[in-house]
Amino acid sequence: MKAPDFAYAKPATLAEALDLLARPGAKALAGGQSLIPSLNMRLSAPELLVDIGGLPGLSGISAQGGAVRIGALATHAEIGQSELVARQVPLLAKAVPHVAHAAIRNRGTLGGSLANADPAAEYPACAVALEAVIHVAGRAGTRQVKAADFFKDLFETDLKPGELVTAVDFPAAKAGDRSVFVELARRHGDYAIVGLAVQNRRFVFFGVGSTPVAFSFDGGLDKAKAALKATLRPAADLYNTPATKLHLAGVLLERAWNA
Amino acid sequence: MERLMDITLTVNGTVVTRRVAARTHLVDFLREDLGLTGSHAGCEHGVCGACTLRVDGEVVRGCLMLAVQANGRKVDTIEGLSDSGELAKLQKAFHEKNALQCGFCTPGMLMAAQDLVLSSKKPNREEIRAHISGNYCRCTGYHAIVDAIEEVIHGQG
Repeated sequence: MKAPDFAYAKPATLAEALDLLARPGAKALAGGQSLIPSLNMRLSAPELLVDIGGLPGLSGISAQGGAVRIGALATHAEIGQSELVARQVPLLAKAVPHVAHAAIRNRGTLGGSLANADPAAEYPACAVALEAVIHVAGRAGTRQVKAADFFKDLFETDLKPGELVTAVDFPAAKAGDRSVFVELARRHGDYAIVGLAVQNRRFVFFGVGSTPVAFSFDGGLDKAKAALKATLRPAADLYNTPATKLHLAGVLLERAWNA
Repeated sequence: MERLMDITLTVNGTVVTRRVAARTHLVDFLREDLGLTGSHAGCEHGVCGACTLRVDGEVVRGCLMLAVQANGRKVDTIEGLSDSGELAKLQKAFHEKNALQCGFCTPGMLMAAQDLVLSSKKPNREEIRAHISGNYCRCTGYHAIVDAIEEVIHGQG
């Protein structure tokens, strides 16, 4: 289908963008790879799209002390090609090939993916596993939110109306860190049936709840599998029952454990 | 904050200026305003890949980009890359390997395949499949398409 009618503005500065986003019915347009499908399917009907593409200060990937700062407008392709990310945030680099397809990775952005908070998306789980810090700007000022506190519910985040994600800090890897990313999808690049992002002892599942699901346990693989069965309560999707998803989560746990 | 915007972009080497509704997708702008109907509008929500285009040298979904977002950019379509001869080897291989039947997916498939050809990688069949995973073909079963792309990339043709 075609998108509904809306007004469009392309601000030149972040301050101008935040003023526009404070208007009723305004929505930010970054890469548009989730927003435009939802417009096309008439799941969303904003009055005004504020195109933040190309806005200065929201792009780029740089080392910042003990962290790698990735601008909200960095595309999946840029993140996947970054040597800094490959070296210092290997979990994220491993996740990128699973994010949609090449043509979508060229447009979709990190900030857009986090702000959209799709429960089956890769980055939110990585951000939680990596204990990333999300930088947010609004007319009232800027603030920082821990990834674990950012994802509130299905497609719902800690962002207040009119606020934007501007950048994300990912702690740089230390020697001996272990990063594993595994995912099951029906077609390469589709949203996950179940996925798992692992950073050391932090196991974060996605596609099994309304937000990324951090999973903690003591002991070895057997105890972990038992704990998974006892605590994980995945909801069905169009094709998979909760029992299937729980089984597949166990398969991924074992693969990640042995990776 | 307009519902209609004036945009200027370079399409297949030609600078064009048009007034478009902000809601117009890039693929619909190319098809309906410029008459470039080679890029196909299939699923219109980013799943099928039939609308694959090149913007500033990178492949994108024409149904997931607004025409206003292409303002000031360089857009290449299947028409431009066919006329320039850039796709000639792929087109010949698709023909010879029977890599199309109804042809609806073919423009998008060629654009995705050319992206891989230009990447200077030497992908195996699995990697070729991963790269065209965003492009649906409902006729061929993909084997012949992978054959054609493999032949061009590995220079066996």
